[in-house]
Amino acid sequence: MAQKGIREFDAKRMMAKALPEFSNGKIRFEAAQVLIGANTDLQKLEQENPWLKAGKLVAKPDQLFGKRGLNNLLFVNKTWPEVQKWIAERMNKTVTIKQTTGVTTGKLNQFLVEKFIPHEDEYYLAITTHRENDTIHFSTKGGVNIEEVWDSVVTLEIPILKEIEEMDVAGFLPEELGAKKEIVAEFIIALYKMLVKYHFVYLELNPFTFVNGVPVALDAVAKVDDYASYQCAQYWGELKFPSPFGLEKTPEEERVDELDERTGASLKLTILNPAGRIWNLVAGGGASVIYADTVVDLGYTKELANYGEYSGDPSQELTYAYTKTVLDLMTRQKDPEGRPKYLLIGGGIANFTDVAKTFTGIVQAIKEYQQKLKETNVKIYVRRGGPNYVEGLNIMKDLGTKLGIPIEVYGPETHMTKIVSMALGKKVGE
Amino acid sequence: MKNYELFDRNTRAFIYGAQEKAAQRMLDFDYLCKRDIPSVAGFITPTGGGYYKLFWGTKEIRIPRYITLAEAIKANPDADVMVNFASERSCAELTMEAVETENIRTIIMIAEGVPQRDVRKIAKIAREKGKWIIGPATVGGIKPGCFKIGNAAGTIQNIRDTKLYRPGSVGFVSVSGGLSNEGYNIVARNTDGIYEGYAVGGDVYPATTLIDHLLRYEQNPKIKMMVALGEVGGKDEYQIIQAIEEKKLTKPLVMWVTGTCAEMLPNGVQFGHAGANADGKDDTAKAKNTALRKAGVIVPNSFEDYDQKIKETFEKLQADGKIEKLAEPTPPNVPMDYSQAVAEGLVRKPTNFISTICDETGEIHNYCGVPIDQVIKEKYGIGGVLGLLWFKKKLPQYARDFIELVIQIVADHGPAVSGAHNTIVTARAGKGLIESIISGIVTIGPRFGGAVNGAAQHFSWGLEHNLEPREFIDQMKKKNVRVQGIGHRIHSIDNPDERCEIMMNFAKDHFPKHPLLDYALSVQAVTTMKKNTLILNVDGTIGVLFVDLLKSLNYEDEEIKEMIDMGFFNAFFIIGRTMGFMGHYFDQKRLKTPLYRHPWDDILYDVPSKPEEVK
Repeated sequence: MAQKGIREFDAKRMMAKALPEFSNGKIRFEAAQVLIGANTDLQKLEQENPWLKAGKLVAKPDQLFGKRGLNNLLFVNKTWPEVQKWIAERMNKTVTIKQTTGVTTGKLNQFLVEKFIPHEDEYYLAITTHRENDTIHFSTKGGVNIEEVWDSVVTLEIPILKEIEEMDVAGFLPEELGAKKEIVAEFIIALYKMLVKYHFVYLELNPFTFVNGVPVALDAVAKVDDYASYQCAQYWGELKFPSPFGLEKTPEEERVDELDERTGASLKLTILNPAGRIWNLVAGGGASVIYADTVVDLGYTKELANYGEYSGDPSQELTYAYTKTVLDLMTRQKDPEGRPKYLLIGGGIANFTDVAKTFTGIVQAIKEYQQKLKETNVKIYVRRGGPNYVEGLNIMKDLGTKLGIPIEVYGPETHMTKIVSMALGKKVGE
Repeated sequence: MKNYELFDRNTRAFIYGAQEKAAQRMLDFDYLCKRDIPSVAGFITPTGGGYYKLFWGTKEIRIPRYITLAEAIKANPDADVMVNFASERSCAELTMEAVETENIRTIIMIAEGVPQRDVRKIAKIAREKGKWIIGPATVGGIKPGCFKIGNAAGTIQNIRDTKLYRPGSVGFVSVSGGLSNEGYNIVARNTDGIYEGYAVGGDVYPATTLIDHLLRYEQNPKIKMMVALGEVGGKDEYQIIQAIEEKKLTKPLVMWVTGTCAEMLPNGVQFGHAGANADGKDDTAKAKNTALRKAGVIVPNSFEDYDQKIKETFEKLQADGKIEKLAEPTPPNVPMDYSQAVAEGLVRKPTNFISTICDETGEIHNYCGVPIDQVIKEKYGIGGVLGLLWFKKKLPQYARDFIELVIQIVADHGPAVSGAHNTIVTARAGKGLIESIISGIVTIGPRFGGAVNGAAQHFSWGLEHNLEPREFIDQMKKKNVRVQGIGHRIHSIDNPDERCEIMMNFAKDHFPKHPLLDYALSVQAVTTMKKNTLILNVDGTIGVLFVDLLKSLNYEDEEIKEMIDMGFFNAFFIIGRTMGFMGHYFDQKRLKTPLYRHPWDDILYDVPSKPEEVK
C-alpha cells in the first residue's frame, strides 16, 4: 500500500525537525513528547525527559484514530503520576470508539504524552493531495468537528507543477487573523515544503495554536507515501507503520507479513472469520479481490474465512510457507455442522508467472496436510491460466487422485470465478 | 498514425533494462503478427553497449544495446516508445528524461512503488506535451496485429488462443495488470476480439486512467464497443460518468468495478493494489457500480456475469449490423524456446559432458553427493575432501590423515630443485602467480617428483610377479631400468630419513595391511648391502604406501594400476608442492628480486669454430 497512516508522535517529531529548516529558523518549538507502550521503561523515560515531572501534561492514545475527546480518551492538564495511573488503567484494554466513519473495537497499546500547552485560540489546517494539485484548507474555527463549521474553511489549490513560493499564501488567509496572518502563512509554507520533501500525502492539524507567537500543533493526523521510503529514510528517521486501530494482527498474519517483507514477491493474508468455510488461496492482487467479491455477491459473507493473495512470482519456498499457513488455519477445527470446507486455489491468466512452478509449493503443503484436509472434509477447486498452466493443472489433478482429496481443476476456458459458484452450488441472484 | 492510436505495425520501441526475455516475447508476438520489422529497436542498458541476440522466428538477430537514451534515439530516430523496466527507484527520473525528448511519445512504467508525487508530476507534464504514459505498476498492454508491451498477454500460446495476433472490435482497459490477460481472454471468448487492451496500473494515481483510454477508443472507428474493469478506491470512475453525460463517450461500455466485498470486511483491510482502498463512500465499488449503471453503462450483477454482459452487448451490435466481418489471418508457427520445450517434456538431447564427482546445480553444491556445509560440519578436512573428489569415497580417518601427512611432507624442498627454481626465475621475470607456478609444475615428471608414480609401478610389478628382492633387482637391471624411489644423497641405512620413518610408522600403526611396504623394505635390505644410501627415499615411501593404502581400501590391483597410469600418485606431490611454489613466488615478489640472468662462468661455452657442412 502506498498511503500509510503514521502516529501523531511521528508526525510531530518530523515537524519539529523540518519546520525550523523550511522556515529559516522562524518556526521552532521543542517537541516535548514521549510514546508509551506496554513495555516502556517509565523510570528511564523519566530520566531522559525531565519535563515529564516538571509541569502539566496531556495524554492520549496514539493509534491512528481520532475523536479521542469524544471517546473520553483525552487526559488534559494532569501531573506525571496522574498520567501514569491513567495510562496503566487503559493499557491493553479493549475499547469501542465512535468515529465519523463508524464504530471500531480494538486494543489500546500506545499512548502519547506531551507537555500541556495552555491556549485560547484553536485553528484548523489541513493539506490534502490529489492527482493534479494539493489543497491547503484553513479555518480559524479549529478544535471541533470541522465538518460542522465547513463554511469557515478557506482553501488554496497548488497545482502539481507549481512551487509554494509562486502562490499567494497570505492572500487566501482570512482577514480576521490580523497580525498573525504573516506567521501563519510562513507556517503553511514550511509545512507544505515538508509535505512535498517528506512525501506526506495527508496532513491535518486540528487544532494548532500559538505559543510565544509561534504556531504549534496540538493534534496531528498524517499519512505518508511509503513508496518514497527509499528517498525519505533520512528525513523520516525510524518510522514504523502501525496497523489501523482494531486490526491487530494474528500471529499467522504477522508471519505472512514477514514472508512478504523478505522478498520482492507479494504475499498477503487477512483472516476474516477463522470458523468460515470458504478459504481463498488466490494468485494476483486484482483476482484475489474478485474472488472475495464473488463469495460476498453470492451471499456467503459470513462464510468467507480470509482475504489473501500471492503474486510477483514467489519462490516455491514462499508459496509453500504461505499455503501451509492457510491450510493450518482452515484445518484447525471441523465445521460444527459437519459441512464441507472449500479451498479456492484461484487466479487469472498469468502474464509471466510460471504456474506449474508456483503450484509445486502449494502441492508440497497439501501433501503435508493430506490427513487434516480429509478430517476437516475439505474440497479443493482450482482455476488458473498462464505459462505452463497445462502442466500445473495436471499436477493438481494427479494430486487429487493420489491423495484421495476431492480436487476439481479448471483452466482459462472456464470463467475465472466459476469455481466459486461451483463450490457453493449457487449463482448470483439465486 | 492517428492521434488516438498509440501504436501501429511499424512502431518501434526502446526497452530500458536488460529485459531480454520480455523483448523476446515482443519479438515472438511481432513474428506471429507477420510484422515486417521487429518492434524492439534497442535496449538502453547503462552498464554496457554491444547487443543482445534474440530470435526472429527460427533465426537469431542482434538487437543493439545503448548506454543512454540519447544515443539510442540518435541511432533510431523512428522509435517513439520506451518500455521502462527500471526499478521503482529510478523509473520516475528515466521516464521524465524520455518525456522531455522530441522523439518518444509513449512510455510504459512497469515498476511498482514509484512515489506518487513523482508520478503526478510526470503525468501532468506528459499530458501537457501530448504524450502518453501507461503505468506505473503495470504489465502494459497489447495492440493486436501491431505491438505488444513487454510481458503483457503472457505466452504465445495464450496470444494464439485469444487471437491477439489480429485486431477485433473491442477496446479493453483495466486497472489491474494481472487481470488484463484475464480480460483479453473473456473478451476473446465472447466477442470477435480485442482491438486494443491496456492495464493502467493499480497505483493511487496511475499516469493515465481508464477514461483517458476510453476516450481514445471512442474516437477510433475500428472500435465498436468498450470493456473496462475498475477497482474500489479513488474517484477516477466518476470521470467516465461525466464523459457519458457530456456525450463524450457514446459507444456501448461494459464495465465492472471490483471490490464489492470491501464494505463487508473490517475497515482497513488492504487489498493487493495500492489504489484499492475506499476512503469515502463514493469510492466504494458498490457506489461506483450503481453510479455507472445509472449513467447508462452496462454493469453486470457481479463478476460472475461480466462475460455474459459482454457477449450480449457484442451480439446486439452484430445483430444491428455494426460489426464488420473480420479477415482471419493464419498466424505462422512460432518456434518454442528450447528451455520451454524441456520444461514441458517435449524434447531431449544427449549431453556432451558428464560429471560424477560433484554437482553445483542444486540448492547447495556438493562433493560426491555430500553438501559442502556437511563437509565442513563433519570435519572432512583436506584428506576427506580429496577422498570425495579424487577417490569418490568417504575415506576412513586414517586414510584422510595419511593424505594430509603426505601433503605436508612434500610441500617444499628448497629453492634449488627444478620446480622451485623455475617458479623463482619466472617470478623474477615479472610474470604473475599463475605463470610462475605453472612453470614450476611443468617440471614435475619422471625425473622430478615423478618417482612416486614410478616407485609404485616398479615395486607393484615385483610383488605381483612374486619376485624375490634379489631377482627383482636383477630383472630391473636386465631391462636397464633404474628402480624408482631408491637412493638418497645424504640419508643412509644408518642415518635414516625422518620423513620416511614417520610415514612408515604411521602405516604400520594404522593401515590394516602394508604388503608393498614390506616388499620394498626387503628390496632395500638388498640394495643397501651394495651401498648404504640406496634406501627407500621419500618418493619411494609415498609410492608404495599409497598402493598399500589403496589395497587397504579394497581396491583391486587392476584399478590401482589404472590409477598409477593416470598419474594419480603424482597428484599428491603436485598438490603438496604447489604450496611451496606459491611460497617461493610470494617470497620473490616481496623481495622485489630483479630479472634473473645466469652467469657466464656457470656455462661451458664449447661452440665449434664453424658448423659441420652438410653437402
